[in-house]
Amino acid sequence: MISSSSKTILEVRNLSASVSGVGILKGINLTVRAGEVHAIMGPNGSGKSTFSKVLAGHPSYTVTGGEVMFQGKNLLELPPEERAHAGVFLAFQYPIEIPGVSNSAFLRLAYNTMQARRGGEDLDPLEFNDYIREKSRIVEMDPSFLDRNVNEGFSGGEKKRNEILQMAVLDPTLAILDETDSGLDIDALRIVASGVNKLMTPNNAVIMVTHYQRLLNYITPDFVHVMRGGQIIKTGGKELALELETRGYDWVHA
Amino acid sequence: MSAAIKSIFNHNTYLSGLLPTTAAPHEWLNALRADAALRVRALPFPTTRDEEWRFSDFSLMCKTAFAPVVATPALTLTDIAPFLLLEAVNSRLVFVNGIYAAHLSSTVLPAGVVATNFSAMLTNETLRAQLAQHAPFQHEAFVALNTSHLQEGALIVLSKNTDCTTPLHLLFVSTASIAPVASHPRCLIVAESGSACTLIEDYVCLPTVNASPTYFTNAVTEIVIEDDATLRHTRLQRESPSAFHVGYAAVHLGRNSCYDSNNITFGARLSRYNLHITQSAEGTNCTLNGLALISGRQVADTHTVMDHTQPNGNSAQLHKCIVDSGAHAIFNGKIFVRKDAQHTNSTQSSRNLLLSNKGRIDTKPQLEIFADDVKCAHGATVSQLDTEEMFYLNSRGLNANTARNLLIYAFAEEIIDKVPIASLKQHLSQTVSSQMGEIV
Repeated sequence: MISSSSKTILEVRNLSASVSGVGILKGINLTVRAGEVHAIMGPNGSGKSTFSKVLAGHPSYTVTGGEVMFQGKNLLELPPEERAHAGVFLAFQYPIEIPGVSNSAFLRLAYNTMQARRGGEDLDPLEFNDYIREKSRIVEMDPSFLDRNVNEGFSGGEKKRNEILQMAVLDPTLAILDETDSGLDIDALRIVASGVNKLMTPNNAVIMVTHYQRLLNYITPDFVHVMRGGQIIKTGGKELALELETRGYDWVHA
Repeated sequence: MSAAIKSIFNHNTYLSGLLPTTAAPHEWLNALRADAALRVRALPFPTTRDEEWRFSDFSLMCKTAFAPVVATPALTLTDIAPFLLLEAVNSRLVFVNGIYAAHLSSTVLPAGVVATNFSAMLTNETLRAQLAQHAPFQHEAFVALNTSHLQEGALIVLSKNTDCTTPLHLLFVSTASIAPVASHPRCLIVAESGSACTLIEDYVCLPTVNASPTYFTNAVTEIVIEDDATLRHTRLQRESPSAFHVGYAAVHLGRNSCYDSNNITFGARLSRYNLHITQSAEGTNCTLNGLALISGRQVADTHTVMDHTQPNGNSAQLHKCIVDSGAHAIFNGKIFVRKDAQHTNSTQSSRNLLLSNKGRIDTKPQLEIFADDVKCAHGATVSQLDTEEMFYLNSRGLNANTARNLLIYAFAEEIIDKVPIASLKQHLSQTVSSQMGEIV
């Protein structure tokens, strides 16, 4: 899927960020082109999750240096909702529960908000019902989940499937999956991964933040990056993940 | 300042000024009324110097001279259509400014159920035996004032083992009038042993738009739930934003009885609700849910007492307040577990959402345990909207305002969802949602 002529979606240059005055990201560089899958791995505390939250615009993190260009826009200038409108999607490690709001109502609200921003048509509840039932097949989700309140009483696996369903509905250009594999049993992992694969096109891209090689058995990365101390210290192909799996992180040095 | 106006400002004579000027049509009622009137004259007006009233300053109402209701406007069913419940079309008592409106009421009731105005039943044994026996007019000034006005009121009696599947709707309508009026709604509900029913006690105002009349509602409800009986009680206060509302409910629980309360407060400039539940025999089950959603300069004060006096009682309470702009919500929840109330299982949670730095919430969950083998937990939180939750919704493309509204809606919905009447639940959800700008 990759060709050198693919256009650049994301360009991160020397990005630094801190939370409560403590520096977490210390000069990250990363280029993501259309059609690419990037895996970001690294030990606990290396800054992987912070990186994904900073890209999505989490208000608790302060960018202290560098820049992030997303399809020609300065991403760091945009509030999180405008990043979403521009095509950035973050699948959360811990999705929140929203009691009293049905999953389908929430998804329709998000979908219609996005459509309004992108100049598309609104869907009324009936039209949306058809649309979302089709989409929910991507993650093999039982339609009864659409009538339940957002993530309320969902198992870990169901929450993650719901994240990928949201990804399907919002149709992002760049999807960032923050430890989407954590807490999943093997069946749920297969379903979530297959959902992501179905959503991949030559025009979009995925960044997967993960601790484990096992997700990469299902979603094949084009690049594997190792983070440590707030920087990407090594980049390789998918074979790098296998090496990390057997040797750990200690041998990797900048 | 004239002498007349000065006397209005004198709190201690203020309530006496609201005493009735005419007698009731029945002697035993007059005797009760006279006892209560003595207490009205003797009891001090509650002020913020009283511990139980320290946050809700009802001396505000003393600036208004509320007149007794003399005539009620001729309302039609169309006027009250917004408040009618699909599930209770034939089981509704309507009172307008405290006076029974037979033409707006409908009482096609299942066998074993009595729902009527007091005056139709003045010789009824249950009414005579139970009225004013539970709400403490001896030491509560507003209860005394209500009792001094006894005449009109809603009487509900469920005969032994009657399972009333039709919800009963008690609708108290206040209307805009030339001079501010005071009304004193009264309810007596007796669920005889083994009976069950769902009750909606609903305080509303007309017109619903473009008017904010000032009036005073002083309601008292007495509930007797006999052995093995069940009452599901939803109380809804959606008075005018300029109204004063005081409500007192006394609940008496028999052996193995169940009482579910959903108490929802949207309205009034200043409101106070006292819910006092007393266990009189063992093995009772209570679920108490509360929601106050207020803004502007509203003050909503909820005081609850759950008095476990006997063994094997369960109670679970969740009270929520959502306070925007300069509003002020108060929650005071006392749970007593008396010496004999062994194996009580009681939880209480006060959860509060403060949306503005001008708003205020005072919450005081209190647990007093005198028994040694019980399971009790209580807690309170006051918070602003959660950053992580806001970020989650923002990252789905929702702007800050929509995300905020959605989270507030969700917070309220946890209580609204427990209302056992589908059409009312939907209506309340829509009310919250429209206040939030039609989000879902």
